[in-house]
This record gives sequence, C-alpha cells and structure tokens, in this order.
Amino acid sequence: MKTIKDIGIVGYGAYVPMYRIKNSDIARVWGNDPIRVPVKEKSVPGPDEDACTIACEAARNAILRAALDPKKLGAVWVGTESKPYAVKPTATIVAEVIGATPLINAADWEFACKAGTEALQGALGYVGSGMSDYAMAIGVDTAQGQPADALEYTAAAGGSAMIVGPASEALATYEASCSFVTDTPDFWRRQYEHYPKHASRFTGMPAYFYHITNAAKNLCSEVGKEPNDFDYVIFHQPNAKFPMAAAGMLGVDKEKVIPGLISPYIGNTYAGSAVLGLAAVFDVAKPGDTVLCVSYGSGAGSDAFSFTMTDKIDEVRNNAPNVKSYIGRRVSIDYATYARYRQKIRM
Amino acid sequence: MSVPRHWRESVKRYRLIGSKCKACGKVHYPERTVCPLCKSRELEPFQFKGNGKIYSYTIIWAPPEGYEYCKPYAAALVELEEGEIVTTQLTDCDLEKIEIGMPVEIVLRKLFAYGESGIIVYGYKFRPVLPIL
Amino acid sequence: MEEVAIIGIGCTPVGEPWHKSLRNMAVESTWAAMEDAAIDQVDALIVGNMSSGNFNDQESLGSLIADYAGLGNISAFKVEGACGSGGAAFNAGVMAVASGMHDTVCVTGVEKMTDVVGDNATKILANAADREYESIHGISFVGLNAMIMRRYMYDYNVKKEDLCAFPVNSHKNAVHNKYAMFRQEIKMDAVLNSPMVADPMTLMECAPICDGAASAIITTKERAREYTDTPVIVKGSSLKVDTIGVHDRKTVTSMKATVTAANDAYKQSGLSPSDIQTVELHDAFSIMGAIGLEDLGFAERGKGARFAAEGQIGIGGKLPCCTFGGLKARGHPVGATGLYQIIELSKNLRGEGVVDAECGLAQNIGGTGSTVSVTILGRG
Repeated sequence: MKTIKDIGIVGYGAYVPMYRIKNSDIARVWGNDPIRVPVKEKSVPGPDEDACTIACEAARNAILRAALDPKKLGAVWVGTESKPYAVKPTATIVAEVIGATPLINAADWEFACKAGTEALQGALGYVGSGMSDYAMAIGVDTAQGQPADALEYTAAAGGSAMIVGPASEALATYEASCSFVTDTPDFWRRQYEHYPKHASRFTGMPAYFYHITNAAKNLCSEVGKEPNDFDYVIFHQPNAKFPMAAAGMLGVDKEKVIPGLISPYIGNTYAGSAVLGLAAVFDVAKPGDTVLCVSYGSGAGSDAFSFTMTDKIDEVRNNAPNVKSYIGRRVSIDYATYARYRQKIRM
Repeated sequence: MSVPRHWRESVKRYRLIGSKCKACGKVHYPERTVCPLCKSRELEPFQFKGNGKIYSYTIIWAPPEGYEYCKPYAAALVELEEGEIVTTQLTDCDLEKIEIGMPVEIVLRKLFAYGESGIIVYGYKFRPVLPIL
Repeated sequence: MEEVAIIGIGCTPVGEPWHKSLRNMAVESTWAAMEDAAIDQVDALIVGNMSSGNFNDQESLGSLIADYAGLGNISAFKVEGACGSGGAAFNAGVMAVASGMHDTVCVTGVEKMTDVVGDNATKILANAADREYESIHGISFVGLNAMIMRRYMYDYNVKKEDLCAFPVNSHKNAVHNKYAMFRQEIKMDAVLNSPMVADPMTLMECAPICDGAASAIITTKERAREYTDTPVIVKGSSLKVDTIGVHDRKTVTSMKATVTAANDAYKQSGLSPSDIQTVELHDAFSIMGAIGLEDLGFAERGKGARFAAEGQIGIGGKLPCCTFGGLKARGHPVGATGLYQIIELSKNLRGEGVVDAECGLAQNIGGTGSTVSVTILGRG
C-alpha cells in the first residue's frame, strides 16, 4: 500500500514506566524455574500510571521532536487494549493534554498488540490522502497477565507515539506498508474479564509467525526488496525469542534486529511493542538507513512498514528523552509491590 | 462525585495553564481573574513550562480518603522557572533522596479516581528530571 | 463603639463523647456559659463551626442550636473560617455588641468530628486549604503544615527537638485541665518516636481529631458589672486573611494574617507584646507554635522554637503559653477551638486559672494561616 502524497514520520516519542519486576521473582512466587524465563524483567506501571498517562508522555515527546503546533494535528489515535475507561476515549484526554483540541479527530483503536500500528496505518492514510497535514498514532498498553499464567512474565507497560506528516519534514520517509489479517483466535479477552486467555503453543506458528512473515514478504514484494535488504528490522516482541526466530525465517541478520529489540529488558508492551522498537531504532539510525517494522496483533494480523531515515533525524533525536533513557531508569520491585501496584490483590 | 468541577479545571491541570496580568506582567498559578499585585482585571492565559525546583516537601503517610493507593507519597511546593510556586505531588522518585532545591519536571498522572466506576481525575505531578543516557 | 466584656464562659470536655451529638454539645456549652453569667436568654447566638455539613450532614446551625437551647426566634447564624471558625465567630460577636446592634450575645464554637471515620476526617480537614489546587493533590492538612515546617527548619537551621517543646508543654499543662482530652505528660522522645504522619511531622506534634463545644457570653463593658464582679474586657479583637494557598505566599515561614491581626489588636488595646502575660497559641502543629510566637512579636524570626525549648512558654516561664493544654493536649475540635482559647484566657484573668495575669492574648488560625484572629483580653 502506498499513499497519494509523499509522507513520513515527522516526530516520535517513547515512554516506559520506571518500575521493573524480575522474571525470576515471578517464577519464584509460582514455583517455576527462575532460569528458564522469557525475558529478564518487565516494566510495571506505577500506581498513578495507566495507558492514558503513558500515551500522554509519549505524545509530548513526539511533539517536542516534531516541533509542531499541536493544533495542526488532524488526528490523535490511541491503539491500546488497556483503556482506562471501557467506554470513553483515551484519545480525547491525550489530545486535550497536548493541546490539540477541539478541531481534531480522536479515537481509540483496538487490535490486541497491533492496535498501535493499526492507528499508524490509519494516520498514514489520513495524511497520505491529504485529509490532514499531520496525524498522531500512539501504541500503548499496561498489559495485565493473569497471575501464574505464562503471560504474567511478559505483560508489561509502555508506549510510543508517531506523528505522520509531509515527507519534506520527515525524519523517516514512508515508502509503503502492508496489512495481513485472518481470523485466528490465539489470544483474547472476553467482555468483563480482567485477564486475557490464550491458546498456548497455538500462538506461535499459525498466529505470530504466519502473519509476521507474510506481512513482511508481501511488503517486500511490493517495494522490490528482500527482508534482509533493510538496515534495521523490528518485529513485535512478545518475548525475547520470537522476533529472533522470525528474523531467521525471513533470512534477516540478527544484528539488524538487536537495536530495536527491547523486550528482554522491559517485556512485552503489547500495542506499544513494535512502535517502541521502532522508536529505539530511530534513536540510533543514520540518515539513509532503511527500516522494516512488522507488528503482530492476536486475532490476528500484522502490519508491515518500510521507512527511510532522512537528515532530519540527527537534528531532532535529542529533543526528547530516548528509549534507552527510559529503559535505564529502573527501580526493581518485589512481587508483593507489583501485586499492589497492579491491583492483583482483592480488597 | 462531581464531574463538572473536575472538567472545568481539567485543561489547566493537564497543561499547567495559569494567567498573566496584561497590566503589570505578573504571572499566576493557579489562574486568577484579578491580579493580586495590581488589581487589574485584564488577564490572559499563561502557559508555564513545567520546570522547577523543590521549595519544600513532605512525605504523606496518612493520606486523605481516596489517595491511599499510592501511599506513602511525596508532596511538594515547586518553585517554577517562571517564579510561581505550585503545590503538587512528586512521583517516580526515591523518597529518601528528595531535597530542597532538587530540579523537577512536570508529568501527567492519575490524581485519584472515584472508585471503580466513577471518573478518573488526571492532572500534573512532578518528578525528578529524567537523566538522559 | 461600645467596649465589650465577657460575662460568662462554659464548655464541654474535649474528647470522643460517642453518645453526644453536635446539638447536645452545643446546647450544653451554651447553657454552661449562660449559667456562669446567671442569665437565661441572649439577644443573639453566633456559632463558630468549620464543617458540620461534611462531618454531620447538618447545616443551619444558628437555627438548630438556638432552637434546641430554647432561645426562641432570636438572631442566630454560623460563622466559618476553617479551624479559625471559633475566633472568627467571637470577632463577629464583638462587632455585634460593640456596634450596639445587640446587648448580649452568646458565641458558641462547636465541632463534632468523630461522626466520620479517620481518613474521611483527614479529607474534610483538607477542605480548609484550596480544594482545587492544594487538597486535590492528596496533600493532607498535616502535609501542608509539614512543608511549612520543613522550610522553616531549612531556612533557620532549626532542629526538630526544639519544636517538640510545644507538645511537651501543652501536655504538661493539660494535666490540671478537667476538660482536656489528653491529661498526661509526655517526653520529647515520645514525640520524636511517634509515627510519621507527614514527614517531618510526627503524630504527637499534631492536635487530635476530637469533639467539643465552648461558649462565651459577651455584653457591653458598661453592662457587665450588672452580671459579674469579674468581667473580662475585650481589649483587642481582629481577624485578617491571607492567600488561601500556601504556594501564593512570599514566605511560608511567617503568617501575614497573624502579623496584621496582631498589629491591629495591639493598636486597639494600646498594648505591645511586652504587656502580654500569657498566650493561647494555635499549636495545632508544633511548627505553628514557633511561627506564632514570632508573628505575635514574642520571639525573633527563627527563634520561636528555641524560645519554647528554653522553657519560656511554661507556667512560671517568661510567657506561659497554652496554659490549659493548647490544641495539642486540650484537643482541637476545630470550630470550637477559638472559644476554648477565649474561656481559658478568661479563667486566668478571672483568677480561676493557673497563671495570675492582667492581660493575655489568643491566636486562632484557620487553614494554613489563611484566616487568623487575634484577641487581647484584660481584667475588668
């Protein structure tokens, strides 16, 4: 898929909460092997944080990098599965916080872990069609894993905001994108349920890998490239292993995946995952570098994007805190504190 | 639960918008409609940057109803770059390491919620300036 | 302007009288004061109360108390100035008599705080501050005072040990007061080691949540002799306000409202701080005692705590303070406190107290110094 107008990313911003819980600590509580864990530790939102506050800080950082008058935004779209309100948009709060209201489209998007890139696809279309000069897409989550479930080890919190605008102002120009979806029930949360359920190993081959690889391949054939032609490749990061395995299947060199692979340090930030990886790559990529980003959302589908870095990245990169700074700002908490902060204790 | 009361203040609380006296130039936070310095009633909105340093602080161990969720927490008088002092909570900080003069910056956080079913009230808090790596 | 005199005083014991309601307590103290003045009717009832609407779901206190005290359809209303409501009501009563509007007025301060549970009371008390820009941030009233305390200790290099002199003194003085809530002495270590409420303020530096009612009957000085041989003369009565928010003050370690109200009261009375022989300080928090002594002109800036630590505020000291236990040990039923101070000062001036004084001063603070009344009383 390509757009009518030449567009790109004109600003990006990340946020990761300060608290961390070690996977070994979760394993200890539930009587599992503390060595064989999916990630080292995961981020935990503080008691006064939620998807909305995380989205706000990411959005503010994106505005700083874009040096954009927020009133020029045509849309603020928040992709998340952890909306603070079941009914009432998170996006209106974010738009108000950054000063983008009232002549703006604001809405929350949902597609499990790819809600963020879904919103990004929307923003690319919105700006690429000429409906608006600028649009902001945010992927954010404060994911909840059921205590003792495999997902508890990785369900983390974080988010990233991307501002789409004219290619002439872009720090990364947009080449093309692809969305690939099927009806695949690998992971879900029913209405009124607090925690999601998943189909265990079914989440692998028919779900994550099938959609990731096909979205990537289809995009590559559209732009006439091989996956390994890109300088950086980001995959959705449910754990530390899956993105590396996907790279292997697509013939992508592992060192191209490492810069955008942050799940080993902060876990799976769900809708924030692929876009946070993208932000981490933007933090280090040089002008001219090409970037392939492929998300995955259960249910199921993948969005794949092709970007090329411009000279502008060097000018704006340091106008807001980078992903590394947020990852480096860490305070370890024990399981009891984690249980309190995440309201896992019935009162 | 009062919805209009919070809604009315929300934008000012989200963005730290105060007022500036067109007559004498004094900036105020919270917003005023009469300048306490010169009594002028010609005021305009003023956007504070949200950077400051701690003028004084406390650690709340006995919170008022509705704030138990983040106990213990720090509260502070923050002297803003523009000169005004603002009352706020501190967040993401080591309670042992707070000191008068410490630089802080604005963030948006949940202030409190009306239980499980009522509205969530968001607003500014301040945190130690994020170290850039 | 008529000169005003106090001819009757009365109060209930301060504490947690579970079986007594707000109206029971207010009626009890009103009648105790009327009996003391040997009268059975007044022209007006002015009620000092901070938050009956929140603590007891009850407003219209003027009507409620006048009705249940059997005073009929007199003039009656409530005056509110947070924890300074009692002092504000007394100031209003003085104005009513001095102006010639009413001959005899009963001023009753009442607060029934224990009808709600602890953290709800904390929330209601925080309404004394700016709800939208202070209390909304989860800062308790103790928390605001703790920030003042921290800055005071920082600016003047004051040790917490010196500030402990206020609660220690108040507890010592409460032992002899049968109306006091805490009638036992405490040591400095107990204050220092008590639980932290709002760092650096510990529990035993804070006045308790409690119930109480206190009343004074006032009339003109001229008429006072018809009722009593020991009238107490109101030599000065002034109330001033300051910014509602602590954040809007040029300095947080002095209360402009105390300074200006005191200057006004000194001027009215023709007296100066050196003439004052005893003081009822608003020691709701240890830090308020120190700042109060400074703002009232009894100690130099930053030296209030030292003044107390040196023993000068004790009975027998240079300036006996909180002679019936102060807010800390007699108790601080917020809207009633200002009236407890007035009747305690009156006892000392009538020769029924613990210090032999010709002239004394009471300071009642509302909020964090947003409303302050200063009253100077002397022997008739």
